[in-house]
Amino acid sequence: MNITEIMPFIVLIPLLAGPVCVLLPGRGLPWLLATISASAAFILAALTLGSVFEGETLRYAFGDWPPPIGIEYRVDAANAFVALLITGVAAILLPWAKPLVDEEIPERQGSFYALFLIALAGLLGITLTGDVFNVFVFLEISSLATYGLIAHGKDRRALLAAFRYLIMGTVGATFLLIGIAFIYILTGSLNMVDLAERLPALGDSRALQVGLGFIVVGLAIKLALFPLHHWLPNAYTYAPTLITTFLAATATKVALYVMLRFIFDVFGPQYSFTALPLAAVFMALAIAGMFAGSWMAIFQRNIKRMLAYSSVAQVGYMVLGVSLLSLAGLTAAFLHLFNHGLMKAALFASVGLIAYQAGSLRIDDLRGIGRQMPWTLTAFALAGVSLIGVPPTAGFISKWYLIGAAVEADQLWLVALILITSLMALIYIARIVEVAWLQPRPDDAPAVHEASWLLLLPVWILVAANFYFGLDTRLTVGAASAAAQALTGGALEGLLP
Amino acid sequence: MTPFIAVLIPFIGAVALGLAARNDRLRDTIAFITPLPLFLVVIWLAAKRLSSGDAMTQTLIEIMPGLDITLAIQPLGLTFALLASTLYIVATPYALGYMKTGGYGNLARFMACYAIALGAAMGIAFSENLLTLYLFYEILSVSTYPLVAHTGTDKARSGARTYLALLLVTSVGLMLPAMIWIWQATGTLSFTAGGIMADRVGPVGGAFALVILLYGIGKAALMPFHRWLPAAMVAPTPVSALLHAVAVVKAGVFSVLTVVLYIFGLDYLLTLATQPLMLYVAVFTMLAASLVAMHQDNLKARLAYSTVSQLAYIVTGALLATELSAIGGGMHMLMHGFGKITLFFCAGAIYVTHGINTVSGMDGLAKRMPLTMLAFFIGALCVIGLPPTGGFWSKWYLVSGAYSAGHYAWSRRSC
Repeated sequence: MNITEIMPFIVLIPLLAGPVCVLLPGRGLPWLLATISASAAFILAALTLGSVFEGETLRYAFGDWPPPIGIEYRVDAANAFVALLITGVAAILLPWAKPLVDEEIPERQGSFYALFLIALAGLLGITLTGDVFNVFVFLEISSLATYGLIAHGKDRRALLAAFRYLIMGTVGATFLLIGIAFIYILTGSLNMVDLAERLPALGDSRALQVGLGFIVVGLAIKLALFPLHHWLPNAYTYAPTLITTFLAATATKVALYVMLRFIFDVFGPQYSFTALPLAAVFMALAIAGMFAGSWMAIFQRNIKRMLAYSSVAQVGYMVLGVSLLSLAGLTAAFLHLFNHGLMKAALFASVGLIAYQAGSLRIDDLRGIGRQMPWTLTAFALAGVSLIGVPPTAGFISKWYLIGAAVEADQLWLVALILITSLMALIYIARIVEVAWLQPRPDDAPAVHEASWLLLLPVWILVAANFYFGLDTRLTVGAASAAAQALTGGALEGLLP
Repeated sequence: MTPFIAVLIPFIGAVALGLAARNDRLRDTIAFITPLPLFLVVIWLAAKRLSSGDAMTQTLIEIMPGLDITLAIQPLGLTFALLASTLYIVATPYALGYMKTGGYGNLARFMACYAIALGAAMGIAFSENLLTLYLFYEILSVSTYPLVAHTGTDKARSGARTYLALLLVTSVGLMLPAMIWIWQATGTLSFTAGGIMADRVGPVGGAFALVILLYGIGKAALMPFHRWLPAAMVAPTPVSALLHAVAVVKAGVFSVLTVVLYIFGLDYLLTLATQPLMLYVAVFTMLAASLVAMHQDNLKARLAYSTVSQLAYIVTGALLATELSAIGGGMHMLMHGFGKITLFFCAGAIYVTHGINTVSGMDGLAKRMPLTMLAFFIGALCVIGLPPTGGFWSKWYLVSGAYSAGHYAWSRRSC
């Protein structure tokens, strides 16, 4: 078996394991199956990335129906990179989250893990597929599973949060579907490569323009691009810890990836950025998101919600990189996509431990908790350092490339904006550190103990990854630039006015 | 035996201190021992460097192609490393004694952060390029924050907040973009004799970069970014002594000297339009801070403003852009370190024994603490720059440098 034949199993393993999970009794078995399938998918994703690192493309036609008739999976460095992030985060989080899930979802864990696996499969399917309708199908699969997962939250407000997300998510998916329908009517094809060949012939079609608009707006909702982010803070705040951590690290990233795939591969940058003023819109929304998200994060009283708003700001950085319309900018976007996944996973995971041990997420209740949970809070602080972008962390590398791309594009004012929002991140992270370490624990506060080392270990692995990828950037920068290359095919030159 | 070992020893010490937090005796022993191997290694490195001229360049990690974390031994850095490691030996027993007499808690955290700060100072001293310097510079800022806020009172917290905010805002907001811009413009960040910017960066860009970088190195405390230093005086005195008279502020002026000598280069510096401007800023800082210092009644605040003023001497030395003044700046870094730490040690001793922290409360103190006040007197002589103290020689060079550059006005100033 060569890697092309193995590659589809990245999606198939979790997809097939999900229904089996429902049937498994008790608490141990569903978890074990989920963990094993996520780890297996992770190993396959790593192998796949290894074989496309040099710029090859793997294509697998399902059922031997040749594309464009059949559905094909098409993997290059861009989606292999995203798949590695998704499976990697899942493989680290699942073993970690067992005690937390036991506490938060005491019953019917079989269906919970089944939903998790299906959401995972959906995200991976969006990432790997080379068929635009397949993108929609997997998007719905992952979204529906995600609504269910969010509704599992202990707080009853989780139901409302899930419902709001359902409304917004359905609107987004419908927009995407309308957009896909437009291009299907125009071309009669759903295969990405095929579409990329046929679309230029259509030229200045108004219908095509509308299709592109629908697709971009639909995916921007899933991406939580400001001002379409309103579903995100509630969903992240009330979802179970495992789900928050997993979604924060992966879901918006997948939406960004698939949006880039549409813009750069299917429509082609030449068309996308001239048919619609996407670059200007992206830049304006990205900057607005960076500021609004950071600003809101500073004033939150719930630590999870604070991190959720910070995610809105971080999405802004990625979109800003895209809006620069250069290879360097796209590389920075991909780099931040990966690095932000790492840091948010570490942050939300340590916050999950705080919630598990202290039973509260209000920042006021965290006073003096640093002495009682030193390892957890140190992990939080270190991951926060990465979020701010101080060397030697992964966040610093992201910022370096993003600022470098802005300098290269001669947009020096963007450098100032990026730095101002970084300093806003410093404010909200330092606030937690100060509350946790420097304020005395109130006398009436319940005693809190450090989490067990089994829970701490994965969190620290994530923190260590933040530092490792801040020092050794061969994998991340190499894959990010390969991803940017794969998406554009070097077709960006001369696009800027 | 490489520069990396010197950087590593304090970090290992910090980890050991953290692990030994519950055992008082073990913790004290580790705290006492850590400076010794560090000092020996630095001495060994100095001997090796001076005898063979080998810079012992050592690339730790290549972050991106052409951009790496590299350590090397430069003469100026060696001076800084010698200064910091020598005074670390002296400061450790003082810090332990002071903290115990004063009844402070959390000694393990304190000594561990102290050690990390020293490790970061070593890293700054042995940096081979601007990125390495920046990395350790940030570690130094962050690791000293818990030290400044050590007592945890509202006053300490707000002081520490000012401290960290000013240092990080300047470094992240100014130094980092300047560094990335220089990297984009020149393709290198290595410290090279004669600078890397000549011929590669135009006069306007260079002039701009000079202002941004000098203010970006907030630890050099050029006005108006000097507020962090008086704010940091809420820290226990050993912190003020070793860190805010030696490691942190000297890291700042050392960075300024290094950037001026090895990034800009003296010849290129003189061609920049903003060089006189920054020189005036430095001279103004020198004068204004001295004037403010005279009006401070709190002893530590007075010393802090005196430090701001003395740092400006060194920056001035660098900006005069002559050989002599640069040597004077390097020497003054050393001499002021010895002088100021003496003064701070005395101030701390006065505070813990008699609870006095104001100048007006010191009337007749020399009768009760003759030895302390004698030490204070000698330290003061050194800071003023009277012979036969070391401060005299650094001033000599600075003044000579000023004369040779044709700036007579500022050379008249002293004290």
